[in-house]
Amino acid sequence: MRNPLSEKIVQVEPSGIRKFFDVANEMKDAISLGVGEPDFDTPWRIREEGIYSLERGRTFYTSNAGLQELKDEICKYINRKVHVAYDSKHETIVTVGGSEAIDIAFRAMLDPGDEVLIPQPSYVSYVPCAFMADGVPVPVELKAENDFKLTVKALEAVTTPKAKILVMPFPNNPTGAIMTKEDLEPIVEFVLEHDLFVLSDEIYSELSYQGEHVSIASFPGMKERTLLINGFSKGFAMTGWRLGYVCGPQIIVEQMLKMHQFAIMCAPTNSQYAAVEGLRHCEDEVVKMRDAYNKRRRFLMHEFQRMGIECFEPFGAFYVFPSIREFGMKSEEFATRLLMEEKVAVVPGTAFGACGEGFLRISYAYSLEDLKEALGRLETFINRLRAEKTS
Amino acid sequence: MESELRKQILRHIENHGRVDLGELAILLGTDEVAVANEMAEMEKEKIICGYLTLIDWYKAGEELVTALIEVRVTPQRNEGFDRIAERIYKYSEVNSVYLISGAYDLLVTIEGKSLLEISQFVSDKLSPIDEVVGTATHFILKKYKDHGITMGEKSKSERMLVTP
Repeated sequence: MRNPLSEKIVQVEPSGIRKFFDVANEMKDAISLGVGEPDFDTPWRIREEGIYSLERGRTFYTSNAGLQELKDEICKYINRKVHVAYDSKHETIVTVGGSEAIDIAFRAMLDPGDEVLIPQPSYVSYVPCAFMADGVPVPVELKAENDFKLTVKALEAVTTPKAKILVMPFPNNPTGAIMTKEDLEPIVEFVLEHDLFVLSDEIYSELSYQGEHVSIASFPGMKERTLLINGFSKGFAMTGWRLGYVCGPQIIVEQMLKMHQFAIMCAPTNSQYAAVEGLRHCEDEVVKMRDAYNKRRRFLMHEFQRMGIECFEPFGAFYVFPSIREFGMKSEEFATRLLMEEKVAVVPGTAFGACGEGFLRISYAYSLEDLKEALGRLETFINRLRAEKTS
Repeated sequence: MESELRKQILRHIENHGRVDLGELAILLGTDEVAVANEMAEMEKEKIICGYLTLIDWYKAGEELVTALIEVRVTPQRNEGFDRIAERIYKYSEVNSVYLISGAYDLLVTIEGKSLLEISQFVSDKLSPIDEVVGTATHFILKKYKDHGITMGEKSKSERMLVTP
C-alpha cells in the first residue's frame, strides 16, 4: 500500500495541550485550572432562543455567509464596541468559531513562502494554520518584563521583506496581556511602514478589565488591512455552539467565503438564531460575567503575591501566567509533578510557544470555591519544592 | 468612586450575603477599611437593611408552610394604605407586605408550622380588621427559585479538564 498521508500534515505537531489533557482526564479526583472556556452556562435567554428555533423547525442551512439578521447585529455590535463600521452584506462572514476564521484567513491570503508574524506565547492554532496554508510562521517573542505586550522592538528583530501578515492575539490567551490604545500606536505605524496585513483575534474582547478593549482596526488606515475575528465563545459563554465571525475588507472576505462555502457550507443555524438574541439582549449578562472574572483575577493575584509567586498583573481574558523559574524546573515537568502529586491540572507555558518556558497558564474560569481549593493544593506543592531546594 | 464602591459592594453581597470583609476588599481591588466604612455607613443609612440566609427548610427536615395572602382593604382618609399595612406587618408571623396594583391591594406573605396555624392567623387576626374587605390565601406547594437562587441540586460540570 502507498503512504496514505500528506507529508505536510504529518509534519504538524499535535497540540501540546492535548497530551496533557489525556493524562489529566484519566486521573479520578484531579481538579483543574486548565480550561480555556467559561465556567458559566450560556445565558438562559440565548439557550431558550436556541430551543425555540429548533421547535420552530429552523433546521435548514442559512446562506453561506450567515443569517443576514445576525450579520446586521454583529456589525452594529462591532461598531458600538470598537467603533469600526463594517458592511454586513459584503464584509462579514459568520464562521464555525473564531478558529475557522483564522484558518480561512491564512488560506485566503498566503502564498508559499509568505511569512506570518505570530507573537508568542499565544493560542495554539496560529502556527499550524499558517503552516497548513503554506505560509511560514515566524514567532515574535513576547516578554514578561513588557507585561507580554507586543513591541516594535520585538517585531523589528524578526521581520523580513517576506512578512505579510501580523497576528494580533489580544487580549491574550495564555498570558492575559492586553494592548491599550497607546500600546497599539507604534505597532500601527510599523504595520503601515512594512505594508503588512493584520489578523486581529479579538475573541476575548469582552474580557478586558482596564478600560474598553481597543481594536487595531479602529486606527486610521487600518480597517482596509485588518481582518477582525471575534465570536461568541468567551464573552457570551457559548463555546460549544461553535460560532464566530470575521469582518474585513471585501476583497479578502469574498475569497474566504469560497473556502467557507465549500468546506463548511454555513455555521450552525440554531446557534445563529440564538446568537441574535445574545447580541440584542444579553449585554447585562456579559457584564455580570466580566465582573465575576475580574474578582477572581484580583483574588488570584493577591494569592500569588502572598505565596511569593512571581506573576505580572494581566488585564484581559481569564488567565494568569505566573513564572516558575525560581524552582529551576521546566514548565512541563512542573505541571506533570503538580498533577501527579497534588492532582491539580494546569497547562505548561510551552504549549503556547517555546518562549512560554518557565511559565504556567492558570485559568480563572472557575468558581471562587474551586479556585481556593486548587490554590491550597498549589501552595502545598510549592512549599514542598522550596523545602526540597533548601535541604 | 465612593458611590461606585458602594454599588460594587451591594451587588456582591446581594448574592453572597455577609462575607469576610478582607476577602471582599481583595475581590473589589480596594482595602478592607474602605469596605468596612462603606458597609457601616450603608447600614446606618438603611441602604443595607439586614442580612439573611436563604434556607431550604424542607431539606433541613423542618415542616414549614408559606402562604401568599391577597388582601382587599378600604383605604382610610389621610392615611391611605399605610396604617392598615402597618397593622398587618407588625405581626411577627408576617414575612412581607407589599402594596400591589390590580385586583387587590396588599400582598402579605406569611410562614407558619402548619396550614391550620396560617388559617387561624387569617381568620383571627387578618380578616377581623375593620378595613379588610376580603382575603384570598394561596399556599405555596414548592419553591423553585427564591431571591434569585435556584433551590435544589447543582448540576455537575461537564467541562473537560484541560482545553486550549
